[in-house]
Amino acid sequence: MELSGAQILVQSLIDEGVEYIFGYPGGAVLHLYDALFQQDELKHILVRHEQGATHAADGYARATGKPGVVLVTSGPGATNAVTGIATAYMDSIPMVIISGQVSLPVIGSDAFQEVDMIGITRPCVKHNYLVKDVTKLAETIKKAFYVATTGRPGPVVVDIPKDITAPHIKVPYKYPKKVSIRSYNPVVSGHKGQIKKAVDLLLSAQKPIIYSGGGVVLGEASKELTEFTHALGYPITSTLMGLGAYPATDKQFVGMLGMHGTYEANMAMHESDVIIAIGARFDDRVTGKLDLFCPYAKIIHIDVDPASISKTVRVDIPIVGDVKPVLEQMLELIKENPKKPNKKSLELWWHQIGQWQAVNCLEFDRESPLIKPQYVIEQLYEVTKGNAYVTSDVGQHQMWAAQYYPFDKPRRWINSGGLGTMGFGLPAAIGVKLAFPDADVACVTGEASIQMCIQELSTALQYKTPVKIINLNNRYMGMVRQWQEFSYESRYSHSYMDTIPEFVKLAEAYGHVGMRIDKPEEVRPALEAAFAMKDRTVFLDIMTDRTENVYPMIEAGKGHHDMKLRVALGTSTDRELA
Amino acid sequence: MRHIISILMENESGALSRVAGLFSARGYNIESLTVAPTEDPSLSRMTLVTRGNEEIIEQITKQLNKLIDVVKLIDLAESFHIERELMMIKIRTTGEMRDEIRSMADIFRGNIIDVTPTTYIVEMTGPSEKLDAFIAAIEPDSIIEVVRSGPTGISRGEKGLHL
Repeated sequence: MELSGAQILVQSLIDEGVEYIFGYPGGAVLHLYDALFQQDELKHILVRHEQGATHAADGYARATGKPGVVLVTSGPGATNAVTGIATAYMDSIPMVIISGQVSLPVIGSDAFQEVDMIGITRPCVKHNYLVKDVTKLAETIKKAFYVATTGRPGPVVVDIPKDITAPHIKVPYKYPKKVSIRSYNPVVSGHKGQIKKAVDLLLSAQKPIIYSGGGVVLGEASKELTEFTHALGYPITSTLMGLGAYPATDKQFVGMLGMHGTYEANMAMHESDVIIAIGARFDDRVTGKLDLFCPYAKIIHIDVDPASISKTVRVDIPIVGDVKPVLEQMLELIKENPKKPNKKSLELWWHQIGQWQAVNCLEFDRESPLIKPQYVIEQLYEVTKGNAYVTSDVGQHQMWAAQYYPFDKPRRWINSGGLGTMGFGLPAAIGVKLAFPDADVACVTGEASIQMCIQELSTALQYKTPVKIINLNNRYMGMVRQWQEFSYESRYSHSYMDTIPEFVKLAEAYGHVGMRIDKPEEVRPALEAAFAMKDRTVFLDIMTDRTENVYPMIEAGKGHHDMKLRVALGTSTDRELA
Repeated sequence: MRHIISILMENESGALSRVAGLFSARGYNIESLTVAPTEDPSLSRMTLVTRGNEEIIEQITKQLNKLIDVVKLIDLAESFHIERELMMIKIRTTGEMRDEIRSMADIFRGNIIDVTPTTYIVEMTGPSEKLDAFIAAIEPDSIIEVVRSGPTGISRGEKGLHL
């Protein structure tokens, strides 16, 4: 079969099993768009800004585990995609980004809409390819998917010059079933000796804790993690990225750890004698000040990426491998081992944890006449029965969603953890809804974040992706304001916008339903009404307490044992803001 | 501590910039870097000299290994190895200086590869310290230009860095 470069690309994506491609046309990809027009297997989602395309593909990938696919033009199309590519890179999300490029003969001549996409994206992709020969196109696409989805996943850019896709140049097409790359051989199974050592250490622990991360979600090892944790009876905490991999409503779960983690999770980390980190990377938002991190603990670390091991925190027993097979091997060894976890010390440890839990660090003022954002998330949880896919933007609302919506299943909590990209939530929600049209999809956001990609409301209408936008509107960039309150004597420098749009009208202008909610008692009925409208995107503009802060908190330069707790319930409401 | 890292990588455009970009992005320093194709034209061999404590060198080798284009690498400083660097040095030589430089080049086993009425170019290979010593032995004002390749290295014995 002889095909043009443009047809080869489209056919390769179909043969790869791609369902959706998120993109925006332009000069350098016109041949590609013409080829897309002449087929109907591959569904193209036209976004309103290329950043939206990358986040939507990313949301799709996080919810399904399948790679997200993006198509953008050269120059500004490509640079607009960079934020979304970096977002996926930081959270190890498999994506393939096809970017158009100017024709080969004019590359390097500062041609119209030319940027060095390979150079620009090099530090924020797993790998990238410039296609210089149409006969190598199909193989390059196969390689891109292979690299993006194996080992530690990540985004791969394929930059395709316009002349490579020209309709009059046709070459034989065959999509390779398999590719191998001699310089790329990701490790799958862990070292047996190391695994045995780890099990021995785990079984002799007095105050153990399991610290699980996003790698468990990416590695589809939720079931194995749950069995492993139950077999040991140890407390388990999770990073922001790992939420849902272990059921949050289970009694062994002590909540998220880190900067806005629970008091009990952080105290348990601090006091523990053995930590097993599973698919987590000791991010600075998790560890707090490194010198103070887990001073008494021996550390076991399972990760598919050797470079993640001992990067910031030295570990005692490193295990390089996919979390799923490694956990399976460990579970088997635990079951075989005549030695069992020490009942007595475990009882004492749980008793100690119970005392920390009694601090009730997530309690908030339930009597307030103002809408508390935490209350909104609790109600969201109840109305959706804990089954929604929840995407979020970045800031206070993100932390509240993570703290007050207990996720019991993996891939339900979708947020930009590593890069912290405002504007992620809405396009990501669209990607999720396309993947799971029958599921409830909520985008928890704030009035600042939502405005960074609000144009995608238009995409949501065109492709009928009825998501519910929970806008926690506190008329501040809340997280910035919180830091300014704590660290800059309440000098609220530019964390406030004088001109916030009327979101209800804006939602209506985009063809959706808008609702404004001012009182606590209106929250529940509004959420119920919104989720009852199965075929409409609903924008809930919820006026929350402007002064609310995210607690508890590890402030910069402090350790896990030194958390700032809410001083007294209700006080924040009475504070006068400058 | 000084480390000399030998890298076998795909001989593809952009591979060098991936290595250089990694060093600048992560704040590692490169003291010198040499690169050329090997006997297998699809592979390049890069020799990179860097400094750092054990943790940093461990991260550097892990991050380099993570690059898709990197096939294999070794830290030569960890075992017996031989290092050589090539230098060409242009020296202003008039009158008595001409004999003096010639005998100096002989002592250091260098070759004079270009002669003009007022200059010599001396070619010399050896460990970097030897080249340093030669430069130190020459009157600084008489040095017109120094070109050094940066060290390359190879491990001793049967062990080798190959596919």
